[in-house]
Amino acid sequence: MSTRMPIEVSIAVSKAVQQADVDVIAAYPITPQTHIVENLSGLVANGELEAAFINVESEHSAISTVIGAAAAGASTFTATSSQGLALMHEILFIASSLRLPIVMVVANRALSGPISIWNDHSDIMAERDIGWIQVFCETGQEAYDAIFHAFRVVRDPTVQLPMIVNVDGFNLTHVIEPVFLFEPEEIKDYLPEHRQALRLDIEHPITMGPVGVPEVYTEAKKQVEEALLNSKQVVMAAWQEFGQRFGRSYAPVEAYRADDAEVLLVTMGVISRTAMTAVDRFREAGKAVGLVRFRLWRPFPRAEFQEAVRHARILAVIDRHISLGALSGPVCLEVRAALFNLPDHPQVFGFVLGLGGRDVTVDDFCDIVERAERYATAGPEGDYTLIGLREV
Amino acid sequence: MQNALKDFEKFDPQHLPLFEPLAQGHRACQGCGEVLALRLAAKALGREMIVVSATGCMEIISSAYPQTAWRVPWLHVAFENSAAVAGGVDAALHIMKEKGKIARDDIPILVVAGDGGTADIGLQALSGALERGHNFIYLCLDNEAYMNTGIQRSSSTPYGAMTTTSPPGKLSIGENHFKKDLPAIAVAHKIPYVATVSPAFYLDLMNKVRKASLIKGPAYIHAFSPCPTGWRHAGRYAVKMARLAVQTRVFPLYEVIDGKYILNRKTPKPKPVAEYLKLQKRFAHLTDGDIEIIQEHVNKEYERILKLSEEVDLETKFTSTFQQHIDRLKQQMDEAYQKMREEIVHH
Amino acid sequence: MPEKVEKRAIVGWRNLVPGCAILEPGNSTQLLTGTWRLQRPVIDAELCNLCGLCWVYCPDMAMTKTAEGRYEPDLNYCKGCAICAEECPKNAITMVEEEE
Repeated sequence: MSTRMPIEVSIAVSKAVQQADVDVIAAYPITPQTHIVENLSGLVANGELEAAFINVESEHSAISTVIGAAAAGASTFTATSSQGLALMHEILFIASSLRLPIVMVVANRALSGPISIWNDHSDIMAERDIGWIQVFCETGQEAYDAIFHAFRVVRDPTVQLPMIVNVDGFNLTHVIEPVFLFEPEEIKDYLPEHRQALRLDIEHPITMGPVGVPEVYTEAKKQVEEALLNSKQVVMAAWQEFGQRFGRSYAPVEAYRADDAEVLLVTMGVISRTAMTAVDRFREAGKAVGLVRFRLWRPFPRAEFQEAVRHARILAVIDRHISLGALSGPVCLEVRAALFNLPDHPQVFGFVLGLGGRDVTVDDFCDIVERAERYATAGPEGDYTLIGLREV
Repeated sequence: MQNALKDFEKFDPQHLPLFEPLAQGHRACQGCGEVLALRLAAKALGREMIVVSATGCMEIISSAYPQTAWRVPWLHVAFENSAAVAGGVDAALHIMKEKGKIARDDIPILVVAGDGGTADIGLQALSGALERGHNFIYLCLDNEAYMNTGIQRSSSTPYGAMTTTSPPGKLSIGENHFKKDLPAIAVAHKIPYVATVSPAFYLDLMNKVRKASLIKGPAYIHAFSPCPTGWRHAGRYAVKMARLAVQTRVFPLYEVIDGKYILNRKTPKPKPVAEYLKLQKRFAHLTDGDIEIIQEHVNKEYERILKLSEEVDLETKFTSTFQQHIDRLKQQMDEAYQKMREEIVHH
Repeated sequence: MPEKVEKRAIVGWRNLVPGCAILEPGNSTQLLTGTWRLQRPVIDAELCNLCGLCWVYCPDMAMTKTAEGRYEPDLNYCKGCAICAEECPKNAITMVEEEE
């Protein structure tokens, strides 16, 4: 019987990794991921987790080491944030093109510069194209559960792709939340054994990572794309099974009081919870405001998103990353792209807030809804609105 | 001490292994000294090994899709991380064996990287992996420049060499730094085995690779790799260059086992470096003065290795000297005591 | 003229091995590098003492041992680099221009 206990989310995440039969962990410390890897190394040191914990000398080597281990057939895990994720950048594409089942937690933190240790989504938004499955979490329970989903999904033989679980740094990783933790026997059957067809094996010597001549490069990328698109059904099946077994259901796009909403806030990650409070406030005042949030970010869940926002008049899309020089934040861009070809769709307005750990409040969301309604009749004030900006 | 080397058996030149881990049809240049060094090293390990390769000449010429020249498991990830990738393979094998997931974890891992992927962009990953003590054989194939991308200098390019990014000119003699000493960097990490090899001395090369496979922990082997294309000499002289480099002391052959230097091939009457330099057009622009500087540097480096190889272990030296003093003092005391006794008895 | 190797890389994405992994070890033997040659080695059996150094020093593994224990260049792969000719201690190997 799982026990519900107050626990720091980072620790809960590490406990989930502990129960996932991981073989090799290679990580480099970076705030705010540190508690995850510290706890894991403690579990290994105490014999509570039978895995190799490798203290690498940089994140670039963390992902490289994990790739080497995965290529040898091991179940692998790493975690990072911000600059660490950016340092891994060139190798991340290779992890997916090599079709390796790696699980990584990103404790979302702003990218330098200026240097910031606080939470926003700029780190993960710089990695949209890497070919990894990507999900977001809002609560400690979700972060804990997501680890099991991830190991199950990457081990599916039709997937063979690495996966990122995003956990907002500090705002989620460092808070203490009530989480139902599994007993090992409960969760064991949910996770398949880690088996890999293609690996480094002297009995079957293969060449991994050859030169992708022009004649094959396009097809190689298409193959990863198809695998990524197909992974959505595997992710959803994993969520469905999880829901049946344990009573907690997840979906690619989740709605909150959205059925008859005229205005929908669109969010990702921990601020969704704050947005829900704003929605409640509007509903109490009799306004038809709701919330839709992405759980699955890659592959982009187009069908689910279109369905979720179909009946709304206005979408206020929240980005926690400023894509310098672009027409709006990346989530807003993709939302617009998802709706563009529909004969009829809501008006879409982009908002950027909570950069570099700037606090995101219920009042901010109220402000956003009011602005969105104003823009709907009076026209937007620019391509997107930066909330909370001080002019002088 | 490396007990593992107690049972080391040299290769018999009459019965060299026939298996070629590297297959014909690879795309190396005609007369490539680097692929020869790689072929011999791989042959010394045989069928049971895993190769982790950095980006570079050896990777490009052996793995152009859909063809591979490798008959053993081979993995290429990127340019600067081969040591880190190999560390991951090593860790995976050990833990999976421990957890009963695989039968064997005693398969040697051969890391193949060039001087570029080792001395420069790859130095961090190498240092980290050596410090962590992973079990692999790191083979640095040193052709003294970034050859695969078109002969640009690396920190392993020798003084005076022409490369496309260190060209000689009105204001330049070509590369104006001396080679970064990679074996010394490896030794500084206190790993059990470091060695230099040249494909001209193929038995020495193969024996060293075998030794490296027997020791536990990281081994670093630095292979002199003549590149006719980049060094501008005829392909037929690749092995000759590899031999001359040793005979002129440009590339001394030595091992460092648990920190102890062994100079494998002393050259009491070395050939002058000019004989080596003059055969390569990359040095054609050098003046006699430049060559003298190089000769001086080569002599100094060789003397340094020679001295290190002749150094007796200080502790042993101290203990034996100390013991000699103690023995002498004891003897003197015994004699004095004896004398005293006799005087007392006679009184 | 051997078939251009790149043609074999023309495979549809549905048939591409995941990760572009190459499953056939040593299939580079499909590429007959012997066509690169401008000259080929000829071994004088009288002078050859079967030391095998030509086989040791060939970077292309293009010197083969016959059933009788003699050495013969594998003209499918020999690139004509002449290392064997240079290293032969008996000067038993001469390089001969290729006619084509």
